Amino acid sequence: MNRNEPTALERFINGILPENPVYRQLLGMCPTLAVTNSMEPAMTMAVAVAFVLLSANIIVSLIRHLLKPHLRILVFTLTIATFVTIADRILQAYMWDMSKQLGPYVPLIIVNCIIICRCEVCASKQKLGPAIMDALGQSLGFALALASVATVREILGSGTWFGLPVMPAVWPDWVIMVLPPGAFLTLGVLIGLVNWLQNKKKQTA
Amino acid sequence: MAEEEKTEQVDETPEKGGNYIAQAWLILLLAVCFGASLTGVQISLGEKIQQNKLNETFSQIPNLVPGSDTGKGFEIDGKIIYRAMSGDAQVGWVVPATGQGFADKVEILIGLDTKADKLTGLYVLDQKETPGLGNKIVEEDWQMQYVDKPTASQIEVIKAGSPTVNQIMAVTGATISSVAVTDLVNKTVAEIKDKLASNAK
Repeated sequence: MNRNEPTALERFINGILPENPVYRQLLGMCPTLAVTNSMEPAMTMAVAVAFVLLSANIIVSLIRHLLKPHLRILVFTLTIATFVTIADRILQAYMWDMSKQLGPYVPLIIVNCIIICRCEVCASKQKLGPAIMDALGQSLGFALALASVATVREILGSGTWFGLPVMPAVWPDWVIMVLPPGAFLTLGVLIGLVNWLQNKKKQTA
Repeated sequence: MAEEEKTEQVDETPEKGGNYIAQAWLILLLAVCFGASLTGVQISLGEKIQQNKLNETFSQIPNLVPGSDTGKGFEIDGKIIYRAMSGDAQVGWVVPATGQGFADKVEILIGLDTKADKLTGLYVLDQKETPGLGNKIVEEDWQMQYVDKPTASQIEVIKAGSPTVNQIMAVTGATISSVAVTDLVNKTVAEIKDKLASNAK
């Protein structure tokens, strides 16, 4: 561990933009591409991931001194799988239609590498406070990333945002934006944009 | 779970080969705690999830059996099935069935006419098949293939060519999911067909 270990607040802020899980770390690409054809499923996914990430970080941080190096990944996976199952059952009980729409992508949160990455990089080495802030920051960063992709895709693809019409009635819906190619196009353009802005900022600084 | 730890542990610290439990106690303890909490979640939410499924079943009955507007539960051999009703007259049956798909269990609803001579519809209630491949079994176009299939003979899945009266096209790249649903239909219909016909009102 280096001496310049970020503080809890820095960890929170880092997760939002400087170390955004999607735009800077390129993690969690599967949900970013798969559930962002409109805002509603994207935000449900973001909340589910936030719940799992926060819970897993808390548990892992609490038991960090008991972890054996060669068994730690097993503990992470076990913890994550438990909370994903809980999230899945809650969705099925209270948001049945959304649960059906998200389908297998909810159980697939188990293999979302953002979560196992944060357990490994942060929670297994940090006190509870920084681990919680880290989880919140990363979850917020992930939610913003999903929202950005979903906003572009829903507005261009369906002319709506959160189901509300925002484009003029003459808008010809770009069906490709709702389909998988639209996800790749949007994400590619947005990542390019973020990198371009970052480079510009560096040059002026 | 314990098996995996043992092999891993033997690889890394052969000299301590004896104390598996000492190494794995945390995982065993966590597994028990997590298992207990999941049981709690299942007990508190299970009923609500079942109710959601039931609501969806009833909302699908008019689509599964043309001309019907409601369903009435009915028990045969301990299995709940539904009479599809149009007012007071029965116009068909809806039979729920569960079987193993490619990834997880697949739950379907089968619509049949009153004499159980032909299928009138199929609906996938729950599935966790591969996104982009197997999960196309939820698409209406694919499910429509089952409509009007006679139940006198088994339905076959084909991968190419044009399907005859007892054949359906597999979802491209998802033969296992397609066969799983078809086998489930065949098996369920074969088991229950005669009982349905004799119980029709």
